[in-house]
Amino acid sequence: MYSIRQFVRASTLEEAYQTLIAGRNNTVLGGCMWLRLGRRAIGTAIDLSALGLDQITEKEDTIEIGAMVSLRQLETSALLQQYCGTLFRDAVSGIVGTQFRNTATVGGSVYGRFGFSDVLTALLALPAQVKLYHRGIVSIEEFAALPYEKDIIECIILPKRKIPAAYQHLRYQATDFPVLTCAVGLLDDTYRISVGARPGRATLSYSGAAPDADAITQGLKFSSNMRASADYRRKVCPVLIRRALEEVQSCR
Amino acid sequence: MKYVSTAVKKLDADALVQGKPVYTDDLAPKDCLIIKLVRSPYAHAKIIDINTAIAQKVPGVELILTCKNAPRHRYTAAGQTYPEWSPYDRVLCDDTMRYVGDVAAIVAADTEKHAEQACKLIKIKYEVLEPVLDFETAKDNAVRVHDDDSFAKAPFGYAPERNLICTGSEDFGNFDEEFAKCAYTVDRTYYTPAQQQCMMETFRSYAYMEYSGRLTLVSSTQVPFHARRHVATMLGIPYTKVRIIKPRIGGGFGAKQTSVSEFYPAAVTWLTGKPSKLLFTRQESFACSNSRHQMRVRARVGCDKDGNITAISMESLSNTGAYGEHGSTVVGLVGHKTIPLYNKLKGGRFTWDVVYTNMEPAAAFRGYGATQGTFALESAVNELAEKAGIDAAEIRLRNIAEEGAEVFMTPEIHYLNSTGLRGCITRGMELSGWKDKPHRQVMPDGKIRGMGMAICMQGSGIANVDTASVELRLEDFGFYTLMIGATDMGTGCDTIFAQMVADAMHCPMEKIMVHGVDTDVSPYDPGSYASASTYVTGMAVVKACEKMNSLILTEAARVLACPQESLEFDGAVISSEDGTSISLDELASQLVAGPQTHQLVATASNGSPISPPPFMAGFAEVEIDPETGKTDVIQMTGVVDCGTPINRALARVQTEGGLSQGIGFALFEDVQYQPNGKMMTDSFMNYKIPTRMDTGEIVVDFSESYEPTGPFGAKSIGEVVINTPAPSIAQAVYAATGVRVTSLPINPEKILMGMK
Amino acid sequence: MQVTISINGKKYTRLIEPDMTLYSFVRECGCYSVKCGCETTNCGLCTVWMDGMPVLSCSVLAVRAEGHEITTLEGVLEEAKVFTDFLTAEGAEQCGFCSPGFIMNVLAMKRELDHPTEEEIRHYLSGNLCRCTGYMGQMRAIRKYMEVEA
Repeated sequence: MYSIRQFVRASTLEEAYQTLIAGRNNTVLGGCMWLRLGRRAIGTAIDLSALGLDQITEKEDTIEIGAMVSLRQLETSALLQQYCGTLFRDAVSGIVGTQFRNTATVGGSVYGRFGFSDVLTALLALPAQVKLYHRGIVSIEEFAALPYEKDIIECIILPKRKIPAAYQHLRYQATDFPVLTCAVGLLDDTYRISVGARPGRATLSYSGAAPDADAITQGLKFSSNMRASADYRRKVCPVLIRRALEEVQSCR
Repeated sequence: MKYVSTAVKKLDADALVQGKPVYTDDLAPKDCLIIKLVRSPYAHAKIIDINTAIAQKVPGVELILTCKNAPRHRYTAAGQTYPEWSPYDRVLCDDTMRYVGDVAAIVAADTEKHAEQACKLIKIKYEVLEPVLDFETAKDNAVRVHDDDSFAKAPFGYAPERNLICTGSEDFGNFDEEFAKCAYTVDRTYYTPAQQQCMMETFRSYAYMEYSGRLTLVSSTQVPFHARRHVATMLGIPYTKVRIIKPRIGGGFGAKQTSVSEFYPAAVTWLTGKPSKLLFTRQESFACSNSRHQMRVRARVGCDKDGNITAISMESLSNTGAYGEHGSTVVGLVGHKTIPLYNKLKGGRFTWDVVYTNMEPAAAFRGYGATQGTFALESAVNELAEKAGIDAAEIRLRNIAEEGAEVFMTPEIHYLNSTGLRGCITRGMELSGWKDKPHRQVMPDGKIRGMGMAICMQGSGIANVDTASVELRLEDFGFYTLMIGATDMGTGCDTIFAQMVADAMHCPMEKIMVHGVDTDVSPYDPGSYASASTYVTGMAVVKACEKMNSLILTEAARVLACPQESLEFDGAVISSEDGTSISLDELASQLVAGPQTHQLVATASNGSPISPPPFMAGFAEVEIDPETGKTDVIQMTGVVDCGTPINRALARVQTEGGLSQGIGFALFEDVQYQPNGKMMTDSFMNYKIPTRMDTGEIVVDFSESYEPTGPFGAKSIGEVVINTPAPSIAQAVYAATGVRVTSLPINPEKILMGMK
Repeated sequence: MQVTISINGKKYTRLIEPDMTLYSFVRECGCYSVKCGCETTNCGLCTVWMDGMPVLSCSVLAVRAEGHEITTLEGVLEEAKVFTDFLTAEGAEQCGFCSPGFIMNVLAMKRELDHPTEEEIRHYLSGNLCRCTGYMGQMRAIRKYMEVEA
């Protein structure tokens, strides 16, 4: 059973950050979806919901997805659809259920860097950046490889450009964790291909002009877990990559 | 107005959809002690020392029970009638832990937090023992799961020294000779996992002491009368000291045919005198309660060149886990509710071994062994049909029993009074497009569709065992109270009994009150399981109504001073041939006033020497992605013979629900353990039941028969509906891909890795 | 800490622990329709509305609900009856334990989606598990309900 000693609704990011680093057991709250699963004894829980981070904002050259934007907002955003097609909708629509996606946050999903994360897989296919309060702006692939450290995600930054992109995932049951995920984005003849749920954390698995699904698969490490074996994942990986590529090429 | 065979709304429907507080936790007193259990992290271990001194100091802690101070009366938790076909292999807090989740200590405190805190502070020193985690090597294993004074009351061959609940075999004719003569044969071994019931309301109970020093337990149970015995036996107190009340229940599916949460509030309240409550978490409900028996079944089936199935053998091995609830009885249905489907049998064999392991106990789950047996036998028959070059539906039509036929290899019935199975198959063929559609079809997008089918049977109550009593009272102003002990767990049995009374007494349903179960006031009923309520209790209702009709005529004859034979009762008025009459309201009012008072009470009991089988045919159409193995159910068609469907809406929903659970069993539901014996699939996050995006279209119809021994011609429906999806989906997958999956669940990996 | 939460239009002020869930809070305020079925966000039984949006009350900290309007089935019984009359006619409430959370999500869907397809309905409600009915009776009731003019 988890516990929280104190709750703070931060009124500035600086306040949130200072509180975060003030104690080892202090933590930033995302959507709190899986808070109950853990046995964490949290000192101070820091709530960012008063900071206006729950918007997807169109800037001059970029689109900013605030850390407190819900997965449901990602799913239904007309702005994101305009620039990235159905990438985000396809990526999150299999996650548990509508109610879950109404409160699960982008910040929580990205910070968690879970192996099964659909959101991380989708973002890796784009030249996305993560804006951290303390560390500053880092690329999504750099962030994905970082160790967990005490910092606050402010937002995800996407270039405001039309990016043909596609998402493929394999789930045994409609709302289960994926057995494998794959996203492809195309920018200036460069394909970015990410593969996740291998079951390890998603990585940017290919970046280049001439992707070969089999060759990409060969370069990836797969393992077994309760949902599927490494061999099976290796076998279906090129299928998902190929399908995502075809989708991207068709919407080019 | 006629109610039987119509779609009457459930009596509790409005309360349920308005979210009224009618379930166990909604009703519990607010000052209940909260109970939490300390559970073994080891699959097999001995408690060397257990220290509760520090835990005891947590504020609000009222009681801590361990193997040092808990009552030590041996009991079984299985909800079964005398002479109890399950071993007495439990005590409340043993010093040996037999699976991960076995109870090492019971903590009761004023709040959940305090109880949790105290649990963490109990210091236990374990001697870790070698566990038995492979049911195929459990029999005669050097490691004994029960090396204690466990015993059995019924003679089922209990042999804990061999890790055996029971072992045995039955023969009909000479199987080996007949099998050798067959033109086509199949010999295959099938595996089914320990499916989880997953009712939405987890196990929960609360207890309080009454003014007279009796223990009252309110519990989400299918078996209140058995629970009374369980709890009294566990505490070593007279049965008269215990009262069980069943409120509305959030589903059971057999899980609550075994007492699970009941024991702990019972013990805490009995020992402290204070009310207490225990709600199982979902994790506990998964890992520390009971499941379907994991099984291995070798099926051998043979037919002559014309497709007459003459030889069937079923050799079963069943894993009952750490405790033996329902172990000896579940396995019987593997053969007894499958082999009798085929009526041209000349040689049959059925063998069984039921073993202990250091895994979660198995107990009752809808289908109760027939589900596992049906997957094996029907898969084998599908393969046999292919070898013989006969359509799968056609080979069934050639072999099933007709009405009046003698039935083989089951103690539950000798002759078939009623069967609509032929109609189930032919109607199912129509609804599924069995004859019109190719059974393998490549779709424009490259996906492949396949079709498969299976048939099955179940029982209606347990022959010569199940009984039920009901009491029908005529109340003042001419309405009726129906007292029953059958436990509505959401299925609607309270409603269908009221429908029966209304038709039998020729009155509107508004004139009937049905009282839920309270062991202090309800007539005896073993509870709702074994597909017994409609058939067994329903017949008691019919008998009680007949008695009530006769009682009313007798009293009216006395009041009207005319011979009883001259009277007629139309449900509202009793009138004589000469024109005098009295309304039921008037008569009823007179009967409860003045010195002539005589309230009319009709009681009736019913037991049956036979268990007439409901039948079903299931047809599956699936679509498979040949590059990933991903399988989608397009349509699952089920046609049921439940005799007369008493309530059409409820019978239909039961069927759809059973088919959906069967689809889960076939495709997703997989109980998995770590090598150390800890269950991995102990949440809805990791144990996946079908969502509404996974079931495809479920199409249901009925092929009615009339069972002369059942109420209004009814047989059961609760269990038969879960059996056909697994074998029919397996066959559909084979038709599409050429891959025969013999071990459930049929997941994409097994299909893709099996494809050439 | 002290919080004031508005549930079904009424304000409730309570002294609570910061880790209390909204699920526990609404039940303590007498909203017994709200059930807990899984503890892992998978079942949908605990669905309530937060400013009209369906959320899982088991994963919302009560303290975070301050300043928002919470609605449980008890607060929308009249609106729900239009749907539940279809549901009970099908017998598709069965054990009823998943019904309140499911009904809340159906009503939210009706408000949010305009003429959804069968697939969109199944998708919107995929986070509401039911083990009794196989969903078909629920779907029959929903189709009838979606035809009712708002």
